[in-house]
This record gives sequence, structure tokens and C-alpha cells, in this order.
Amino acid sequence: LTGQQGPAGSGDIGGIDEGTSDYLRQFWSAQELSTDEALTNWTDPGIRDWHNMNWNSNNPLITGLYSRIYYEIAICNEFIRESSDEKLAARLSSEDAAKVKQYRAEARFLRAVSYMHALDLFGNGPFVTENDPVGFFQPPYYTRPQFFAFVEQELTALAADADFAAPRSNEYARVDKAAAWAMLSRLYLNAQVYTGTARFTDAAIQAKKVIDAGYALNTTAAPNVASAYGRLFLADNNTASARAEIIWPVALDANKTQSYGGTTFLVNGSTGPNPEWQKATGQTTNWAGFRTTKGLFNLFADTALDTRGRFWTKKVDNSKRSVEIADHYAFEDGLGVLKYRNVSSAGVGQGGAQNFSSIDFPMIRLAEVMLTYAEAVTRGGTGDANLALTYVNQIRRRAYAQPINTASTIADVSSLSLNFILDERGRELFWEGYRRTDLIRFNRFTTSAYLWPWKGGVKDGKAVSDNLNLYPIPSSDLSVNQNLKQNPGY
Amino acid sequence: QTGSLSGQVVDEKNQGMPGVTVLIEGTSLGNSTNSDGTYSIQNVPAGPHTLITSFVGFNSQRIPVTVVAGQNTAVTGITLGENTTLLNEAVVVGYGTQRRQDVTGSVVAISSKDFVQGQVTNPEQLIQGKIAGVSITSGGGAPGSGSTVRIRGNSSLNANNDPLYVIDGVPVDKDGISGSSNPLSLINPNDIETVTVLKDASATAIYGNRAANGVILITTKKGLQGEKLTVNVSSQTSVSRRANTYDVLTAQEYTDLVRTKGSASQIARLGTASTDWQSEIFRTAATYDNNVSLTGSVKNVPFRVSYGNLYQDGIVITNNLKRNTGSVSLSPVLFDNHLRIDVNAKGSQVTNRFIDNGQVGNAVLYDPTKPVRGSESQFAPFGGYFQYLQPDGIPVGLAPGNPVAALNNTNNVSDVKRLIGNVQFDYKIHGVEGLRANLNLGTDIARGDGNTTNSSQDFGNYNPKAIGNANLSGRYTQFNQKKDMRLLESYLAYARQLGGTKFDVQGGYSYQDFVNKGDNFLAFRSDRTTLFNPEDKLTVPGYYSKLVLVSFFGRATVNVKDRYLLTATWRNDNTSRFRKGVRSGQFPAVGLGWRIKGEEFLANNAAISELKLRLGWGRTGQQDIGGVYDYLPRYSLSNGSGQVQLGNGTTTTLRPSGYNRDLTWETTTTWNAGLDYGFLDNRVSGSIDVYERTSRDLLAQINVPAGGNLTNQLNANIGSLRNRGIEFNINGSPVRSADWNWDLNFNVAYNENEITDLGSQKEGFVGYSVGGIPGNTGSFIQLNTIGAASSSFFVRKQVYDSNGRPLEGVYVDQNGDGIINPNDNYLYKQPAPKAVLGFSSNVAYKQLNLSFLLRSNVGNYTYNATAANLANLTNAQGSTAFLINIPSDINNTGFTTQQFFSDYYIQNASFLRCENITLGYNVGKIFSEKANLRLSAAVQNAFLVTKYEGVDPEISGGIDNNFYPRARTFTFGLNLGI
Repeated sequence: LTGQQGPAGSGDIGGIDEGTSDYLRQFWSAQELSTDEALTNWTDPGIRDWHNMNWNSNNPLITGLYSRIYYEIAICNEFIRESSDEKLAARLSSEDAAKVKQYRAEARFLRAVSYMHALDLFGNGPFVTENDPVGFFQPPYYTRPQFFAFVEQELTALAADADFAAPRSNEYARVDKAAAWAMLSRLYLNAQVYTGTARFTDAAIQAKKVIDAGYALNTTAAPNVASAYGRLFLADNNTASARAEIIWPVALDANKTQSYGGTTFLVNGSTGPNPEWQKATGQTTNWAGFRTTKGLFNLFADTALDTRGRFWTKKVDNSKRSVEIADHYAFEDGLGVLKYRNVSSAGVGQGGAQNFSSIDFPMIRLAEVMLTYAEAVTRGGTGDANLALTYVNQIRRRAYAQPINTASTIADVSSLSLNFILDERGRELFWEGYRRTDLIRFNRFTTSAYLWPWKGGVKDGKAVSDNLNLYPIPSSDLSVNQNLKQNPGY
Repeated sequence: QTGSLSGQVVDEKNQGMPGVTVLIEGTSLGNSTNSDGTYSIQNVPAGPHTLITSFVGFNSQRIPVTVVAGQNTAVTGITLGENTTLLNEAVVVGYGTQRRQDVTGSVVAISSKDFVQGQVTNPEQLIQGKIAGVSITSGGGAPGSGSTVRIRGNSSLNANNDPLYVIDGVPVDKDGISGSSNPLSLINPNDIETVTVLKDASATAIYGNRAANGVILITTKKGLQGEKLTVNVSSQTSVSRRANTYDVLTAQEYTDLVRTKGSASQIARLGTASTDWQSEIFRTAATYDNNVSLTGSVKNVPFRVSYGNLYQDGIVITNNLKRNTGSVSLSPVLFDNHLRIDVNAKGSQVTNRFIDNGQVGNAVLYDPTKPVRGSESQFAPFGGYFQYLQPDGIPVGLAPGNPVAALNNTNNVSDVKRLIGNVQFDYKIHGVEGLRANLNLGTDIARGDGNTTNSSQDFGNYNPKAIGNANLSGRYTQFNQKKDMRLLESYLAYARQLGGTKFDVQGGYSYQDFVNKGDNFLAFRSDRTTLFNPEDKLTVPGYYSKLVLVSFFGRATVNVKDRYLLTATWRNDNTSRFRKGVRSGQFPAVGLGWRIKGEEFLANNAAISELKLRLGWGRTGQQDIGGVYDYLPRYSLSNGSGQVQLGNGTTTTLRPSGYNRDLTWETTTTWNAGLDYGFLDNRVSGSIDVYERTSRDLLAQINVPAGGNLTNQLNANIGSLRNRGIEFNINGSPVRSADWNWDLNFNVAYNENEITDLGSQKEGFVGYSVGGIPGNTGSFIQLNTIGAASSSFFVRKQVYDSNGRPLEGVYVDQNGDGIINPNDNYLYKQPAPKAVLGFSSNVAYKQLNLSFLLRSNVGNYTYNATAANLANLTNAQGSTAFLINIPSDINNTGFTTQQFFSDYYIQNASFLRCENITLGYNVGKIFSEKANLRLSAAVQNAFLVTKYEGVDPEISGGIDNNFYPRARTFTFGLNLGI
């Protein structure tokens, strides 16, 4: 959410349009619009910089994302500060205090995730905890390895914290130790990028803990509405079967949690004006914002078999859309993506009169952790290579609508390579906010090793400067915090 | 033992003045003068008395006389002068009055006879164009719409830049109330006697805390002691129509354009109608303004009561304002003239029906080939109005609504009541000559209620799930607001004359609190029972805030031989807006005056009738920013649609808000030097002032170091801002004769505004963006940055071809990096005028008079947002399901896509406007000499000269979007005094 009044009207942060300021909206944009998976024709200030890869330290969206991450950190700090043991003892009964301690642990988790986003997106930046004052205090500057150490320490501590729920023991949409393990596995998978030191064994260990905690891939389709995979992204993905796979969702409701970000942004933004398209996504409006490049489309060998490859191929007049994008800013060029759909598994649109979304956004789900295990082992981490292959094949069998524990001739692969895993992550996790990080880990984000349409603002794509692997510290913060240093190249 | 008095009252031309009230002070003895100006009063007790002569528009005189028992005492030499030319005129200053010649600050008073004529709905319009350095920009043509009043430019960036209004000694809440777009529109201009503007700090500092932007003192009409009972009836009828239209393509031009440039699917969407949408929403509107007042004196108690009724239709359909106002003033004098009590009460009740200005914008852009109404069955759920619908009858997402339908299907009404009242006791303390105590108790109570109903046929609130049950469509919202202000002020004043030196000392205390409260409401469907959002719930029933200001103030004046003048004031203010320790502000000021005319070498100079030099310095404060509790840590509760899901349930959240514990006073230091002059018996008079105002500890919204607070931008005291300027004003009476009189006034003010500090601004950080623009969410066109005027435009430099046509997308590459992006933006022009001019003339020939007022702003630029957003071919394509009309500016540019940031759209908005032309005829005595009748005819906004290409260049803030055009108004009025 972006403020105290849904969908807008009492925003948390300034300097950016409230609807635009949503955490998920800008996090997703930073991770997806900058890659082969998505591009936009919108004209919002700064939004075209993502795909053109020509952002600078005054980009209002990067500034908004940065402000949102540090806003999240600040309110987590406030919660932790106001729920110290002494304050709880003075203010609450011991029964209530125990509940609040659990919330406090969850606030620490959320803060660690925000710092992980900061370290992934911006690398370096200000560091502030509950022990700092609220005012115009200038927080000290932390480098990427320092952030890494802090996040690792926090998540590790939470994984051992009695106040933090055991796996699968907490309420829906609240986090537990499995979420901490999953975030650690994601952190370790990228440790080489973040610190220069590889931690693949640790990544595999943490991933395995999550996988063994009792979660299960969703294998139940919604007949005539969605495949087992597609069901993960429906409005009722908070209900059984889909729920068993989603370890940590951002829970959203069309009526109770309204904003112009979250999955409302994803659904409406990826829907075009074709009425049939709107029916498919369950909305009566369209923001006509995002399409994808052939980079994503070509990952799928056969979209008839692989249920993950669902694209919208019709223009408004029902003529065929081209996969090629002749005009970067023509919404009718390129394919639409049909992933987030605001319909129930019975096929009923959930947007209501106001077209908000009820889809819960999966921040962590089992398939991602399984792919992390596979990649960590394939990259040389200590682990079970056969198990890694099994995990990947289970994911693929589900995608091909096959029984997941039975070998499948159409779905299975016989061995894993790193390139294959990157592509499999693209197929399984596209538009879920992983792509930029994945491409950087595979050294393909800025380099000429992989060029996608309109990368760097040219039709066939071009390599861009390596400094773009980090986003710039916004100049607005550099101006008011003398401790900060700009990232190289900006 | 009694005697009698007699004499004659003459005007400055030595003509006898009929109808002048002559009264013995402290008694009910009096008379009024005959047609030749003579009078006599019988049965006057013997002894010393004070004779008071008064006549509206002229300065009252007090003459000491001694009546001898049994004799007639002839009183000689009573000459009444018109108010403006008399140096003895009392000028209202803060907490008292001063003689005009004693004033050391920059103070301008305009009295009722110099007010702007015609249909004046809001008090501030009375002085528009009359005072140098006072810029008044109305918010548009809607009845009662608010004005932006700026005295000597903006002194603050994010804090309030409005002047303080003091009505009959009561500093009123200027922030308005829900349901009224202009709090001043709740005051009937007909009740106002004078408007006095205090411009420089040496005059305003006695109002310290809220005086940084000048003070406007409004004095209402009152009864005079001993005055005959008079009834005054005025009635005005006006007709208004739009003075200008947005220049857009006609249906034919548009069709031709789409046929040549559009795609097949766009051509297919063209309609066959020819609709001028602006003609459909604009109308010729009538206004009726009737006022009656009763003035007189009953048993030593002078009084005035008045009632006014205004009915004003806006020039956009459905827009209307109805106002009832009443006022009562009593001013009894008791205890042998020692206690004077002033009781004032002004009440008003206003009913508004507002329009959404966005519909003016929709009338500009709506496809002219579409009809207003359609007979097809798909339009039936929309009241038969044409709308853009999908094949299944659901509105096309993002399509504009039919503006005629939107106006007729929306009923946004409010009912606002306001009562401003005070009782002021002024007691000359018995036994101590020159000592006076004053107590002022006042209140300002406002109540606003309103609701907006979008009918079930409204396009924008259509509920596709409500088919078959119209009551589940539409939208109904309500609001209310209650504001209570209480005031207690008290001071002691002591005046003494020692030889040629006069002293005045006063000291006082002021307590004022402002309570603002109201209820929160949920939004419903038009059945008013079904929730608009079925899950919404009222988490917070209402809101409440209270602001308290406690102040101590003092003033000392010294007048040596009417030549050397010193005024020193000091005020200490404490506001509950800041925390203890930083909530106290000290605001001193000093004014010096040298009345050169009083020196011997000029005393007998007939050519120079007045010459006075003034020098003033003072500091004023500003605390009006943000909310009332911004220095405190607060938590706010979310509403029903802003909940968070935990488990399978949801819960509202408490959000900690950002706060700045160190928020404190912004101070503005003003230097002012002025010269008042008068030549040839004040046939030519005026003044010239130069000033510099520097605001320090500027209250501005700045970035917080990330993570350092509970939000990312907060108000803080940072930076400084400077205004420098010069003002000149001249009044002349080129012709003064028995039959002919001609008065002229010209004023001009030049102001330069510059931000001199905004805290740390590292290289690469350009400044704070302001001025959001339409069509591109999150985009800003203006910038606050060091070295530039506040809200300077920050745009790209357009490149033109050899024919002077702008080249699309071609801009000057300011940083030479080969890419055109926001880094190539440059600062270009400012929205505030550099110079503001006013010129008025009044010619009278016998009973006929003709006056006019011209106003001009120079150096102000306006962003033509309408053209920037709409005048391009991409926009005409609208969406795949609808078309949008194009402003004719497309013919000048040929742009295919929106060029929001081109400086081509920053247009010179300097203008010359004829605000008013009035022809009056004084019929004179009718009904056997018992009544006086005056007739007048006026035209307002008679003409406008400008290079600006939009509908009106005079846009406060400089971003022209959805502007409700100002009307041209023709008024016929009659005024009957009995």
C-alpha cells in the first residue's frame, strides 16, 4: 500500500505520485522493465529510462524506489524501537507482549528484506537502525559487503529466534523461519556479485531446509480457467493448493487493500484495450502499459505444451500482434503477457467496479527455492546434483501438465547447465521480479553477451556501461546526507 | 440654561453642503444642514461642547464650542474635505488608528467611494488594481471563487503566502471552510467601508505572527452618532457571458484532419454530428444582488443593520451561488463619553452548487463529431447522453465522459454559514488623562456542509454489476466541517502631549484559538445506503485540531512638532504549532518619518502641499505550514480500503508519520523607504516606496536523509528567499470645477523574487520540482532552486525552423552530451508578474460620472498546459476506442506527439485588462426631495489585450489547465437613499 487511504489520498512519501510510489510497482519495474522481459510505452517521467538503460541520479522512479525502501526500513525501525522489551513490559500484558515480540521479529525480517533490496539494487547506501534518532539525522554510509553482513546476520539470527515462527506455523501472509532461510539462500546465491566471495554451498543448505519444510508445488489446475502454474497468479491464490507453494505472499484484496501499485499495477498495466483481453484478466479497464520482447517469448520451445508461456497475441482489432517490436513505444507491437489474472479459479472477475486486484503477489515460492538449489549445486556448491535435476524436472512436469513425480518424455531434461537454469528461471519466474538480478549474476545485464530488443534504446539492443549494474544513489539524498558517496559512473 | 448654535458647513470649493449631520457630542442634540449648508441647534446647555459634523465620504470634524446661555453662538469655518485628500484622515492601523500624516509605514487605505464598481461578489475584488504592490488574481469565473492575493510577492516557498485579514479588529481565519471556495466570499462587499492594506513590516509587525505577507484591514460601515435614520436600498442586475473561448478545431476541421492523418480505424470512429461542446456547457448567466441597510442613531446608540441577498449563476451550466448576508453594528457611548462599545456581527449563509472544472477541460477535448445525446438504446442507462461504450454497454476505460452529461448528472452542493462577531470596549479611564483601556472579544464561527451526488446515470461512476438496479450505480459522498475561532485581546494605551511632542504608548495581550473539526463519511452508491466500496468502513469517525496563538505586543509613537515621527512596535508570539522551547518568536519593528512639509522652509510653499519621508525596518513571522501538530510524533489510522491482510483477515493499520521536532518560526525582515508627496493643494499626490524583504529559516518541504525519518520529505526551516521591489503611485485631479471633476490614479509595482538558499544542494541535484502538469502523471514543469525566482519554469529550449515553426522533439542540447533528456532542462521565466500596473479614471460632469479601471501584469509567463497536452496528433487518436479534439494550436506546431517540456508552451502572459467601465447618473432628489436615486451601468472584464494564446493569461501559479474562464459581465444598478 502507498498510504493510509486506499487507493490514494494520504501517501507515505512525497516527491512522486502516490500511486506510482508503491514498493512492488517500482521494485518490479527496476527488476523487469530494465530487462528482456518487459518494456513500456508509457510516458511517465523516467519510466522509459528503465528499458533504454539511460537512467541517472535524478530519475524520479529510481528516487521513488529508494525512498520507498528506506521508508520501509524507517517504519520497521520505528516498530522495533517502540516494541523494545522495556517498553513492552511497561505497556502490555505478558500475553500481548509475546504477540508483539513475534511482530517485532517479523519487522526485523521485513527490514532485512528491504536492506537486501537496497544492496541488490543500489549496492551501497545509508544504514539506519532502531537505535538512531528520528529527525534530520544523517545515517552513515554502508558498502555492499557491509549490507551483506548485516542482512546475513539478521536473517541468521531470526532463523534461530524463538520469537520468530517455525515454518508453516504462522498465519497466512505472515513470515516464518522458512522465509528467512529462503531469503538467505537467495542472498548466498548472489554473494559472489555482492561481495566477491561465492557462497553456493550455503545457498544450497538454506534452500534445502525450505524445500524440506513441507511446502508443495501446486499441481491442481483450475479447469477451463488456468493451469496448475497459472493458478498461482489468480485472484484466489490465497486458497488451498496454490497456497501450499507460496511461502510468503504480499496479500492484496480488491476492496480492502486498494492502491495503484501491487498486482493492480501488474494486471491493469499488462492489459490492453481489446475487450477479450480485459475479460481474460478479469478487468473492465486497461492501462495498456507492458509488453514483452522476443527474448522472453523465445525461451519457450512450445507454448502449446508449456503452460507457463501464455501470451496475448491479438491487437485491438483482433489482427495478429508481431513478436518483433518495430516501434519501442507502440503498444500494439510485441506480445502481451497473460500471467497475472484477477479472476477466481472459477473464472469470475474479481476487480469489482473499481478494478483493483485481489491477486496476492508471491515474494517467495517453492519453485524459486528449488531453482536456487539447482543453480547453487550446478555452480559447484555442495549438494545433491541428482536431487537438483529432480527439482527442475518436477517444475517442468508441472508446467507441461504432467504428474510431477513421474518421468516425462516431453518435460524432462537429462542434465543441467547454467545457461539452461537461467532460461528455466526465465520461464518459471518471469515477471516476478527476479530478472535483472539473474542477468547480472550471469553477467548478461549490461554486456554484449546477451542483447535483447531495444536494450539500451536501440532496436536490436546494445551493450551498455557496466556501472548500470547498480542503480545510482538519488541526487536528492546525496544532497542532504554528506556521508554518502555516489556509485561509480554516475 | 440653554443657548443655541448656528453656522454653515461648506465643502472645499466653499459651496454649502446640504444634509450634513451636525451634533453635540455626548447628547442627542443635533440637526442636519439645509440646502445651503446652514444649520442651527436650539436648547443647547450652556458650557463647553464639542460639535461633530459628519457626512459620508467626507472626513468628520470636531469643533470645540462654548455655548452661552440665552445667546446664539455662531460657529465659523467648518469645511469638510473629502476623505482621501485630508491628512487628518484617520487611518486604521493594527490595534488603533493613526492620522494619515503620522503614519510611518507603507499603508494604503481605499474607501468605499473608490471601490471597484459593478458586480463585486468577493471583498478583495473591491481593491483589485487600486493599490501598488497588491496583486489579486481570481481563481476563475465561477461565482465566489477564491482569489490569490499577494502583497509584494511570495515571501515563503511552502508556507502560506496569503495576507492576514482583520475584519473590524478580528483577525479572521483565512483558510476557508469546506463548501466554500473563498472564505471572504462570505462577507458582503456592500457592508465594507474601507479596506486598508499594511504592506511593510514597520506597519505589520504589530500583527507579528501572521503578518509576513502583509495585513488587510477591513472596516465595515457603521452608524454615526446623532445621524438621521436613513434607508439605503441598492439593487443590481447583471448578465454574464464568456469573454473568450478555447480555440479548438471545429467538427469539420477535425474530420478533415482525421481523414488525412488518421488510421482506418480512427476514421471509422468519426461521428457525423457537429457539436460545439463549449457552447453546450457555457451559457449567459444572470446575477441579482439586492441590499438594504438602515443606518441611524437611537438614543445615543448609533447603529447600522443590513441585509443582502445575492443570486449568481455561473457561466457554466448548473453552477450557482446564493448568498444571504446580514450585519448589525452598534456603537453606544456611555459614561460621559468615556466608554465606547462597538458591537459588530456579520452573518452569512451561502448555498453553492459547484462544478468540476475538469468538465471545462472535457468540453475542450471532447470529440466534436459526437452528438450530445443519442437515441440508441445503449445510451439509455446514461440518461440518453452519448458516451463511449464497449459493445457490451460498459464504459470504455479511460474515455472522457460527455461533459454536458457530467455536469447535469453531478450535483455538488454545499451550505455554508459563517458568523463573525466581536464586542470591543474602549474605556477612557476616569481621572487619568490620556489613558485608555481596550478589550476586544471576538469569534469567527463557520459551518460547512455539503454532498456530491453522481446520479446513477453518471458515466464515471457506472457500476457494471448494477444492471437492473440503477440505485447501485452512481456515487454519493458527504462532508462537513466546523471551525471555531475565539479571540481575546486587550491593551492599555496612554497618550500625552508635552509641548510640541506627542507620545503614545500601548501594550497588550492577545489570545486566539482555532478549532477545526468535522466528521468523516463513507462513500455510497446513489441509493445512499449501498457502500461504494462494499468493504469500506469508517475507521476514524472525524477529525479535530486546535491551534493556539498567544501574543504580547506593544507600540510607542513619538511625534515631535508634527515633523519628526517615530513608531516602534514589538510583538512576542507563541504558537502551539511548534514545540516548547522554539515556539516563541520576537517580532520588532521601527518606523521613522520626517514630515518635510512641516519644516519652516516649506510651510509657506504653495506648490508643495505634502512631503514626507518614511523609513521602516521590521521583522515578521510565519508559522502557517502543514498541519497543526507537525512537530509531534503521530500515528494515523488507515481507512477501510487501506487495510493490511494478516492471516485470512484484514486489519487497518496505524502509520507513524514523519515529524520535525525542531520546526520553528520563519522570519521575514523587511526594509522599506518611502516618500509621500502632494503638490498644488494635493491636486497631485502619491507615494513611492522601495523595499527589500528577506525570509530566513524558510519553511520549505525538503528531502530528509533516507531512513532518517518516518517519511522522505518534510517541512523544515531551511534556506532563504528575497523579494526586492519598487512601488509608485500617483493620484491626480487634472480638472476640478463646478461642473467637471476628473480624478486619475496610476500605480505600478515592480518585484523581483529570488531563492537565495535552499540548504545543501550538491552538484547534480537540480532542486525541488513543483507545478504538476496534466497529461503526464508525476511530471513537473517548475523548479525551486537557488538563484532563481520561486517556481521558475524548468523546460527544454525549443528549436525552430526558418519559418518560425517549432521543430518537433528538437531541443537545444544544453549540456552537449548528444542526448536530449531532462538534463537539458533550463530555467526559463517565472509565473509571477515582474510588474503589476493599475490605472483608473473617474470623470464627473454634474450628475453624470464615468469611470474605468485598467489593470496590467507584465513579465508573467504561463504554461499553456491545455495546448501542451492536447495540441498534437497522438492525442487526437485518444485511445483505440475514442477520439479527442485538438486545440487549433496544432496548426502552429504540427506536433505528432506531446512535447510537454518545450518552452514553446511557456507563453508570455503579460496582459492589459479593462477590469471595469462604469457610467453613473445621480438622478438626485425624488419623491418630494425625500430620497436620493443613483443609477449605474457597468461592464466588467470589458476587454483584454495579450499575446497569450490560451483562454486567459491571468492564471495564479502559471499553469493553465481546465481554467474556468472569467466572464464578461454587464451590470445595471440603482441605489436609493431615503
